[in-house]
Amino acid sequence: MIKIPTVAELQSQGKSPEILFWVGCAGSYDDRYKNVTRSIVKILNGAGIDFAVLGDEESCTGDPARRAGNEFLFQMQALSNIQILNGYGIKKILTACPHCFNTIKNEYPELGGKFEVLHHSEYIQELINTGKVKLKKGGEFKGKKITYHDSCYLGRANNIYEAPRSVLEQLDSDLVEMERSRKKGFCCGAGGAQMFKDAENGNKEVNLERADEALGKKPDFIAAACPFCMTMLSDGVKLREQEDKVKVLDIAEFVEKQQEK
Amino acid sequence: MSLIPQAIFIIILGIFGFILFRRFSLIAKLIGLGKESPNKVDPSKAFKRMMLFAFGQKQMFDKPVLGILHFFIYAGFILINIEVLEIILDGILGTHRLFAPYLGSLYTFLISFFELMAILVFVACLVFLFRRLFVNVPRFHSAEMTKWPKLDANLILIIEILLVSAILLLDAADQNLQGRGIEGYAETGSFFFSAGLSFLFDPFSDGSLVVMERGLWWFHILGIFGFAVYVSYSKHLHIFLAFPNAYYAENDPEGKMNNMPDITREVELMMGMPASSEGDPPESFGAKDVDQLSKLSLLGAFACTECGRCTEQCPANQTGKKLSPRKIMMSTRDRMEDLGKNKDFDKGDKTLIRDYISEEEILACTSCQACVEACPVQINPLEIIFELRRYLVMEESKTPTEWTSMMTNIENNAAPWAFPAAERFSWANELKNTEE
Repeated sequence: MIKIPTVAELQSQGKSPEILFWVGCAGSYDDRYKNVTRSIVKILNGAGIDFAVLGDEESCTGDPARRAGNEFLFQMQALSNIQILNGYGIKKILTACPHCFNTIKNEYPELGGKFEVLHHSEYIQELINTGKVKLKKGGEFKGKKITYHDSCYLGRANNIYEAPRSVLEQLDSDLVEMERSRKKGFCCGAGGAQMFKDAENGNKEVNLERADEALGKKPDFIAAACPFCMTMLSDGVKLREQEDKVKVLDIAEFVEKQQEK
Repeated sequence: MSLIPQAIFIIILGIFGFILFRRFSLIAKLIGLGKESPNKVDPSKAFKRMMLFAFGQKQMFDKPVLGILHFFIYAGFILINIEVLEIILDGILGTHRLFAPYLGSLYTFLISFFELMAILVFVACLVFLFRRLFVNVPRFHSAEMTKWPKLDANLILIIEILLVSAILLLDAADQNLQGRGIEGYAETGSFFFSAGLSFLFDPFSDGSLVVMERGLWWFHILGIFGFAVYVSYSKHLHIFLAFPNAYYAENDPEGKMNNMPDITREVELMMGMPASSEGDPPESFGAKDVDQLSKLSLLGAFACTECGRCTEQCPANQTGKKLSPRKIMMSTRDRMEDLGKNKDFDKGDKTLIRDYISEEEILACTSCQACVEACPVQINPLEIIFELRRYLVMEESKTPTEWTSMMTNIENNAAPWAFPAAERFSWANELKNTEE
């Protein structure tokens, strides 16, 4: 039986979790990305991690409001989130969204929210390294060509380039790099609140440009580590009618499928 | 030697010194219009950053061949300036090769070494000029690279080629005169490179060769003075300002946006929390014009040498959007240069937003930080874009309608999409149901 305790439930039992899983808006509402949330919960359950979620008490970090220029709204979100997190005595936060990750890790401290924040790619790597997550030998991804797309807010913003790659390498897959990767990784087009509006006039959509670059590598899978990148790349692959041949998956989905239960 | 050339030299030196002093004072005042940067500078980290990025040119070597050629010009510029110091002292004191008697054979070695540098500068500048004129490098031809920015870039290279040619020919004429034993041209030993060029001057009489040598000497030093003034108006200002820019550049993770403590205080009071800082309610939000940007952003605008490595990496620009991070820096500088022409920096009826940078440009940014990462001297165009966005949203309530909906959604249902807040945790039930 899968366990998804909320922090409030644990508190009523006089307990607090070792790590809070910050699900994020996409992880809560986006039909495609909910599957990533499920994968993470299954990984955590399988590894026997003492975690909890905020459930209904979670709220947008304020990142898109801040990037769009609305500092008031951002600070309202941030301060009320920090109040809740501090109220529960949360010390360590895990999240799958690089935007939530960046905001909580880098922008909440000066507003009074000081937490240890981990992106799920780092955390999963740690779980694999410490043997808490064991991967089946062989399996679905063995020898499969995977190309990893760097999320801007994970890579350039926070210098996390290797963790997602090293997780993918554990799958015995054939990891291929796009020309524009790591520090020169090409954006999916969704950051800076672009996710929530149409692009300005141009000659190509950013996500299509990136999907084309990824498809050019003839991969079996495109790996993402961000809900926005996931949407943008999936849309691009669909537009090129390649969705039957090339699947866009999150790091957590790869691992969950191969995790020894 | 007659005192007249000395007097003329000192007067010219004074005039150029005065022009340069006025120009740099103006630049300092224009940068001073900006707000204090909210970030504290950690001197040891800042110094390290300056040594790495400005002095050491670390990031220039991301493109290795260009990095090496650029390094030749840079090293040549710094080292040859030691010789320029001697030339200026000669001009003031009426001496010729002042240091030669004191340094002896070391002098011969040093001048030979400077000549090697001059040749490397000459070659590198020629390659760069050829690249700019005849090779299709997209970043040299983006929309903002209009007539003047292109001409500026080419002029810099042409002037540098002329100046290093002058110094080589000057040395060659000097070598030839030394060989003839002309008075005033004391034996310095044979310079490694110009000795080989000395034959060029063989056909000339003693008298006309002295005139030529003096002519080259004056051409070279006046050229340097003139170039120094030109540089202060040109994109080439980066040779000085890359250093302070790298020093003061922020050291935060690139993804972190600057906080606005004034707003924190207002929000805290609104939410009935104790205020974490003291102060009056803020007068304005974000940046409508350059005086509302940070000093660091303004310094960056003067430090930008318009190389376009930022624009080359910008996903918006590369997919045909109007945004170019380089143009953000160029427009910010243009605005400051225009203010500098007005009495008391009067702003008139223009503003940075709209008159210099359009809404369309800043709305196209994905905040991916590729521009910030790409800049060899650590300029941050993204900060300007964010400050302009803050102005538009918080002062003019001017946002695309989709953004207005996104913000309303966050306010009402705690998520940027229009899903009911009560369903935020439904995914858990869905998961439990499917797994049972």
